[in-house]
Amino acid sequence: MAEDLKPSDAAQVAEALAWAAGSQKTIELVGAGSKTALGRPIETDYRLHLTALEGVNLYEPEELVLRAGAATSLGQIQAMLAQQRQQLAFEPPDFSDLYGNLTDQTIGGVLSANLAGPRRIKAGAARDHFLGLEAVSGRGAAFKSGGRVVKNVTGYDLCKLMAGSFGTLAALTEVTVKVLPVPEKTRTVLLFGQDDPAAITAMSQAAGSPHEVSALAHLPSAIAARSAVSYIKDAGAAVTAVRVEGPEPSVEHRTEALRRMWGGHGAVEELHGHNSNTLWREVANVAPLLPDPDAIIWKLSVTPSTGADVMAKALSAGGAGYYDWAGGLLWLALPGSEKGGEDGGAALVRGAFGGDGHATLMRGPAELRAKVDVFQPSAPALAALSARIKDSFDPHGILNPGRMHGAY
Amino acid sequence: MLMPKPEAGILAQRSDLLTDLRAIVPGEGVIADEVALRAYESDGLSAYRQVPMAVVLPETVEQVAAIMQLCDRRRIKVVPRGAGTSLSGGALPLEDGIILGLGKFNRVLEIDYENRAVRVQPGVTNLGISQAVDGEGFYYAPDPSSQIACSIGGNVAENAGGVHCLKYGVTTNNLLGLEMVLLSGEVIRLGGKHLDSGGYDVMGLLTGSEGLLGVITEVTVRILKKPETARALLIGFPSSEQAGNCVSEVIGAGIIPGGMEMMDRAAIHASEEFCHAGYPMEAEALLIVELDGPQREVDHLIEKVGEIATTCGSTSLRISESEEERAAFWAGRKAAFPAIGRISPDYMCMDGTIPRNRLAEVLKRMSELSAHHGLRVANVFHAGDGNLHPLILFDANAGELETAEEFGADILRLCVEVGGVLTGEHGIGIEKRDLMAEVFTAEDLAQQQRVKCAFDPNGRLNPGKVFPVLHRCAELGKMVVHQGQMPFPDIPRF
Repeated sequence: MAEDLKPSDAAQVAEALAWAAGSQKTIELVGAGSKTALGRPIETDYRLHLTALEGVNLYEPEELVLRAGAATSLGQIQAMLAQQRQQLAFEPPDFSDLYGNLTDQTIGGVLSANLAGPRRIKAGAARDHFLGLEAVSGRGAAFKSGGRVVKNVTGYDLCKLMAGSFGTLAALTEVTVKVLPVPEKTRTVLLFGQDDPAAITAMSQAAGSPHEVSALAHLPSAIAARSAVSYIKDAGAAVTAVRVEGPEPSVEHRTEALRRMWGGHGAVEELHGHNSNTLWREVANVAPLLPDPDAIIWKLSVTPSTGADVMAKALSAGGAGYYDWAGGLLWLALPGSEKGGEDGGAALVRGAFGGDGHATLMRGPAELRAKVDVFQPSAPALAALSARIKDSFDPHGILNPGRMHGAY
Repeated sequence: MLMPKPEAGILAQRSDLLTDLRAIVPGEGVIADEVALRAYESDGLSAYRQVPMAVVLPETVEQVAAIMQLCDRRRIKVVPRGAGTSLSGGALPLEDGIILGLGKFNRVLEIDYENRAVRVQPGVTNLGISQAVDGEGFYYAPDPSSQIACSIGGNVAENAGGVHCLKYGVTTNNLLGLEMVLLSGEVIRLGGKHLDSGGYDVMGLLTGSEGLLGVITEVTVRILKKPETARALLIGFPSSEQAGNCVSEVIGAGIIPGGMEMMDRAAIHASEEFCHAGYPMEAEALLIVELDGPQREVDHLIEKVGEIATTCGSTSLRISESEEERAAFWAGRKAAFPAIGRISPDYMCMDGTIPRNRLAEVLKRMSELSAHHGLRVANVFHAGDGNLHPLILFDANAGELETAEEFGADILRLCVEVGGVLTGEHGIGIEKRDLMAEVFTAEDLAQQQRVKCAFDPNGRLNPGKVFPVLHRCAELGKMVVHQGQMPFPDIPRF
């Protein structure tokens, strides 16, 4: 059993990691522990809890910037931002239902996993809002990168490297993020009864329009029936959805324009504030796939126009799925181990798209996550480069060893 | 500016190197003639010049890979070059190095409207991408002022910005895929037409790495549908404090304009005298605020911004009623650099970024520095994102270059002191290299260099740029070992 360490500040994190590097002790980095089931299961000598690195250290709404300890709870940050009518525009998803825990995730965890919700297509991913960091490398040395300003090319952008690295390079101790105003108004236009290929076409049309859409999703009929929004649940048909946000007159104008655009494809409807928010929270948080607790859940990022084709192939042995990011993001629930095959559907899912795309096993039993590649395997030259990058931060391989890949 | 000492062992290889290069790139693709090499002796930072050993202009990825392998084997230094418009000396040649020019990689490879993506070779100009998709009403958002000439590969290397990046992001936020060649000759493809490839974000790391990690051979960018309309306000203020306050109030009201530019009195006067855009000559600060998007939204917000400006004490306010008028508002801003060039024999453009609320203080201290150094300064400012472009006026023939450089360094130190950074969009290059220690600790810099070692273990790719001292990788890899008992009994456990 790993022993728990709880440093009280960043200096102690550095001290602990310097010792661990020198003594070749492996360390699991833990924030709130809300996403320990994401990634390959790991066993380490110690668990280093970053819990003490907590609290918002700087928030200047008119400068659109916030700095906080890496283990500050996302809920606390969001509540603070909401008071000033601001938000993290990348719409971080909440996977507490997906992973069956009620822990409030940390800002460091969200960035380390580079998670983003439906607004990804307009506002970018977590990495695009990550301005600066302080961290301790696997060498036990404190370093920083970036800053508090949006435009910055002073030195390498190590924030990008840290985003999505799942704690395998360094322990984040403090992070600075860009924040943005909450749009004044939100509307969602629904289009009913499209099969998947037709929905992809409709979403591409909306994404290529000048209406600055902020989200595009498609729920096949069986998935739509699981929504808490009655317009969607009771539709008895597939539902394609587009969201617009902004000042009221603009939102009204664009909603009208999108209704006209999609009206040519089929019946349309409109969701306002509350219902609209519910729908997009469901889409972000994978809610429609949760009723089956044993399902193996995959996330695929693919070329949007290929989405329907990839979905059909990936579900050829059963399961269900839906689309976000204008068809570029596929969420799949495959039947649990008996029917899903020995590899949790990895070969089937990864064979469904060519080289252009990637699939992540987002939920599955630990044995499965130990056995198959949780993250998309890279071509040999990129894999070797990634291993060298890992080595440049963590030469003894002490940080979250094996969380992303066997080798790094 | 001290560059790494040329290595005699490399210089001695010149004739063999030329033979090997010609075996890879036949004909005129290898330039060795003294006169022809002069065309490559500097980039946009023309105060520094150096003739390279040779220039090679490959046409295929295979040739790039072969050149890289050759240089790796012979330990020749390689300086990648796009259009050569860098303002920080990123493409300055090395005496003991070759220039690897990507100018022949100038084709648009694929336009995919359905997925809103364009795949191009790195030598295509920034504007060339927008022009290629203009017919269908699309464009590529980042718009550095050199967009007519600068290449997309260079934009990636420098993480170029532009006037519209407050709303639409800089290069890194608009990239979907890259192909690059390492010094080992390995070709690596990153991303594609999909978003957020898993694994380490090597594409994000490459962006803004100033040609020190790999040579970019293909770029896939995201394109956007052009906004329905754009309108601008031209607002004069009696002080830069009030103008700065107006910027904060606009953003505080939840409005993110497409562009928000500020000019100080010196810049207003130089521009107005040069191109007669109708700027208010009595103003101490001028704001150009552009709103773009759906017509209804723009009309709505332009009024709100106008009201905010009035509340903030504006002394003049014009709203564009036509495309011609909007273009006229911008004409003076876009001509600011040549306008300064007209009133001064030489000028130097700085590129610090500061927290916006420190603007008035920074401008005040900058005028004190101006008096101290005895050189004039004019300011243009991407106000929305705090990116300052002070233009230092000097006369190199009067021996003022060194003073101008000292003045520039003082301005950048000031930016760092108030919580900003050395460069927002031009890059470190050689220009700001020796100021890196103002921002970073030895360990910060060592970690960045260890990352370089993962790509370039022998330090052959664009050395002498970005880092004040390039340490050997073996030296960087060493670490102090803390062994024995856990040294922190004071860390609470549970």
